[in-house]
Amino acid sequence: MSEPLYELRQVEKAYHGRSVLHIDELAVYPGEILALVGPSGVGKSTLLRLLNFLEPPTKGTIMFRGQVFNGQQEVPLAERRRVTTVFQRPFLLNRSVKANVAYGLHLRGNRDSREQVADVLARVGLQDQAQQRARTLSGGEAQRVALARAMILQPDVLLLDEPTANLDPYNVGMIEEIVRQMNATQAMTMVLVTHNIFQAKRLAHRVALLLNGRVVETAPTDTFFNQPGDPRTAAFVRGDMVY
Amino acid sequence: MEVVALSLRVSGTALLVSTVIGIPIGAFLGLRRFVGRPFVMALLYTAMGFPPVVVGLLVYLLLSRNGPLGQIESAWIPRLFTPEAMILAQSVIAVPLVAGFTMAAVLGVDPQLQQQIKSLGATPWQEMATTLSEARVGVIIAIVAALGRIAAEVGAVMLVGGNIDGRTRVLTTAVVLETRKGNFELAIALGIILIGIAFVVNTTMLILQRQVSK
Repeated sequence: MSEPLYELRQVEKAYHGRSVLHIDELAVYPGEILALVGPSGVGKSTLLRLLNFLEPPTKGTIMFRGQVFNGQQEVPLAERRRVTTVFQRPFLLNRSVKANVAYGLHLRGNRDSREQVADVLARVGLQDQAQQRARTLSGGEAQRVALARAMILQPDVLLLDEPTANLDPYNVGMIEEIVRQMNATQAMTMVLVTHNIFQAKRLAHRVALLLNGRVVETAPTDTFFNQPGDPRTAAFVRGDMVY
Repeated sequence: MEVVALSLRVSGTALLVSTVIGIPIGAFLGLRRFVGRPFVMALLYTAMGFPPVVVGLLVYLLLSRNGPLGQIESAWIPRLFTPEAMILAQSVIAVPLVAGFTMAAVLGVDPQLQQQIKSLGATPWQEMATTLSEARVGVIIAIVAALGRIAAEVGAVMLVGGNIDGRTRVLTTAVVLETRKGNFELAIALGIILIGIAFVVNTTMLILQRQVSK
C-alpha cells in the first residue's frame, strides 16, 4: 500500500474536559473511499471535522501529506483548501444555484467559472436549475448542489458526512454514482460517514467501526462484512446493538 | 430648505460613520468567541438603550473648552455648536444600534453554515463577509433602526449643536423652536417633512430588503 495521505496518532478531542474521540491510530490512503460506521454519537462527525481542520485535536498529531499538525499551529490555508466536506444538510447560501456552485472558486480568486459551473451542474443533473434560488430546491436537488459545490474544487480529499441521510432512493442512487465516478476518474480520496452499512458496502474500499470514540476495527470492505476480526464488528454487521 | 439639507447631511453622515464602524464590530462579536465577550455584549446592549440626551451631554462635556478633547487643536476633533459635533453625537448614538442589531443578525446565521463556509476554504475575512451577506436582511434592519433613531433625535443635537439659525438648526430642533414660538403651522409642516423623509428612506430600505431576501 502507498504512503498514507492522513495518519492520526493518539488523537484525542475533548469538549469542556469530556473526551469524545480517542483515535490510537488511523490511516487514510490516497484514492481510497474509507467508510466510518457506528451508532450515533460515537465521534464520526467529530473525526471528519478534525480531518477537515475545522477544529484542532486536543491531543495527538494528524499527519497530512507528510506534514504533522498537532493543534498548536494554524493549518496553512493552502493545505486546508485541499479538503472539503459535504455535510448531512446541504447548507446552501441564499443565492442562485450557480452562485452556490461557484462559491468555493470565488474564494480562491477564480471569477471566470461559468464553464466549470455549467459542466459540474450537468454532471449532477441540475443544468436547468442554474438560475434558480438554491433554497427553493428539493432536498435531493439541494444535496446534489452541495456535492457539485465540492466537486468543482477538485479537492484532494472529499469528506462526506451522511450525505444521503433522509433522501429518496433516486437521489441516493444518483449521489452514490457521482461519488463513485469522482473516486474512479479523479482518484479523489474520500472519507464517508454513514449509518447505512449497505451504502458502506456499496461504496467503500475499507470500513472502520467507531464505538465510544474509538476505532474498533478497520478492514477492507469484504473482510469487514464477511470476516470481521472483532466480535463487536460482527455484532454491528449483524445489526445487533453494540453500545 | 437649508434646515432640510443640514438634517440630511448630519444624519446621513452619522449613519455612514456608524455603518462603517458598527457592522464590523457587530460581525466580530457575532462570529468570534473570546474572554470577556459576554461583558462586551452586555455593554453593547446597554449602549443601545442609552438616552440620546445623555449621549449629547457626554459629547458636550468631551468637546467643551474644559473637556478632555476641547483643548486639543485638531481637524479631526469637532468644535461644539458645529454640524460636525452633531454628527459625532448622532454617530455615538447609532454605532451601538448598528453593531447590536448586526450582531443579532450574525448570531442568527446557522453556526453549521459557517462551518460549511470554512470547509469550502474561506479565510476568516471571507467567512465574515459571507456570513454578513447571509445576514443581510438583519443588517439592513440595523441600518434602518439606526436611521430612525438619529433622524428623530432632538436632545443630543440640541445640546451639542445649539440650534443656531443657519448653522446648526435641523428639522427636529426647528420643530421644537417653532412649537415654543407658537408657530404651530410651521412646526407641523416641518414635522410632515421629517416624516416624509423617514417614509422615503424606509420604503427604499424595504424595497432593498425584499430584493436581497429573494
